[in-house]
Amino acid sequence: MSAIERAAQTLGLPRDGPSVSEEDVTPVAPAATVGIVAPARRRRMSLSRGRRLISPLVLLGIWQLTNAFKLISPEKLPPPSMVVTTASNLIFHPTPAFGSLQGAMAVSVQRFALGFALGAGVALLLALVAGLSRLGEATVDPLVQMIRTLPLFGLIPVFIVWFGIGSLPKILLVALGASVPLYLNTYSGIRSIDGRLFELSHVLKLNRRERLINVVIPGALPQALVGLRQSLGAAWLSLVVAEQINANAGLGFMINQAATFLRNDVIFVALTVYTLLGLLTDWIVRLLERRALAWRTDLVAQ
Amino acid sequence: MTALAEANAGTALVSVRNLSREFNGRRVLNGVDLTVAPGQIVALIGRSGSGKSTLLRVLAGLDHGATGEFDVPSRAGVAFQDARLLLWRRVRDNVALGLRGESRHEIAEAALAEVGLSDHLRAWPLTLSGGEAQRVSLARALVREPELLLLDEPFGALDALTRLAMHDLVLALWQRHRPAILLVTHDVDEALALADRVVLLADGRIAYEERVALPRPREREHPDLAQKRIRLLNELGVYQKGASL
Repeated sequence: MSAIERAAQTLGLPRDGPSVSEEDVTPVAPAATVGIVAPARRRRMSLSRGRRLISPLVLLGIWQLTNAFKLISPEKLPPPSMVVTTASNLIFHPTPAFGSLQGAMAVSVQRFALGFALGAGVALLLALVAGLSRLGEATVDPLVQMIRTLPLFGLIPVFIVWFGIGSLPKILLVALGASVPLYLNTYSGIRSIDGRLFELSHVLKLNRRERLINVVIPGALPQALVGLRQSLGAAWLSLVVAEQINANAGLGFMINQAATFLRNDVIFVALTVYTLLGLLTDWIVRLLERRALAWRTDLVAQ
Repeated sequence: MTALAEANAGTALVSVRNLSREFNGRRVLNGVDLTVAPGQIVALIGRSGSGKSTLLRVLAGLDHGATGEFDVPSRAGVAFQDARLLLWRRVRDNVALGLRGESRHEIAEAALAEVGLSDHLRAWPLTLSGGEAQRVSLARALVREPELLLLDEPFGALDALTRLAMHDLVLALWQRHRPAILLVTHDVDEALALADRVVLLADGRIAYEERVALPRPREREHPDLAQKRIRLLNELGVYQKGASL
């Protein structure tokens, strides 16, 4: 019965459809069909993933050709090959003007990691407080909603006055940028948990900790992970902006220096590194998502 | 009647006295008196809105707005019409939910074996059929060896065949563990198939009661049941107009 229902689901047939009775579907047929469907879908997926690479590669090629045909000067738009060469120079032959690429990266990554950890930690804590108690909601939510409407980058001069021009104002700006989307999504994730599950935890006499671990956190997780991705994006953006104003180290400082020395190739290197770092964190979240939401994704895979 | 109730009160597992519940001035329960003896199966029937689910929710501790008195054992299990599984926990972990101690997983596995789901221990709830999910829900309610099982239309969303299979399963589990069962249902046949007493709720109070002494499992077409069915349907007001039925 259940195997047939599941097969019907896989085949996209209505569960209680009058056309599919138990006699109509022999146990062999759905099993065989499932066996064929799965690899075909996988092949189609890898094909489409391959196809998705075409347009970016064509763009890179055109970009490279603008230089080969001398359409745009490399000072304005350095071709990809030049970006790669400059990057390797910055890694292996650091100059006093720019420092080393790995050094700048280390500073920026550290700022990002500290700021993000701080912002995410505070956001999750506040979301739990606001999501789990009416008093917490009344206390925390208005404050966060106020902060949300503050223009984040308008705070930079204030932060410089308060915290100087070192890493601290950058870290705090990253923390602020990261915290708002994560808070909003986690909070709404907690609030949208089916109330009947709280009845269940009452009936099963779950204590506070058990309810948190079994109902609240996993129930809010899908929405919280959406928030995590948004918050990573906001955090990187905050870092890029904060680092370019009054920086003395890091990728943003490298960009500032390059602008002074009219070295667009160096700017492109720094931008590429930002991009790759952003892709990396996004990829990590997607891995996390696949593991944490296996109860949904396994079903799709079946 | 009161004397009888008082006599019962000593041995009763569940006793409800003068229980009322209002929603916005509308009296859903209006002075309900009910006792359930240990190991007894009581079916609560009534038309929709008769307050039967409200009564069950009050006894399950999910509704705190009622007035009156009631006693229920602290070891009570509840199964709802929706199986109410945590979709992000595997079947075995759903059943082990809230159990403490080293052997919690073994206990859950034993309960799942009893409902015939030993080969689904590591399945995700979303991959189960409606009947399977409801069996998991029963296993979860039984895993604590409750003295009282509160069932709120647990088979209402199942197809007719699965429902009959679930009746057999509930009776088998009841014979092994002997909990008292309070079953809310709108299905007269279901009530007659399972219960020692069928209690009819109307206008917020107990309007009628039918005792069924036949051994279980019961023949659906048994003449005694046919009579009781007609009386219950009459009391429910079903036959008032279509008397020729």
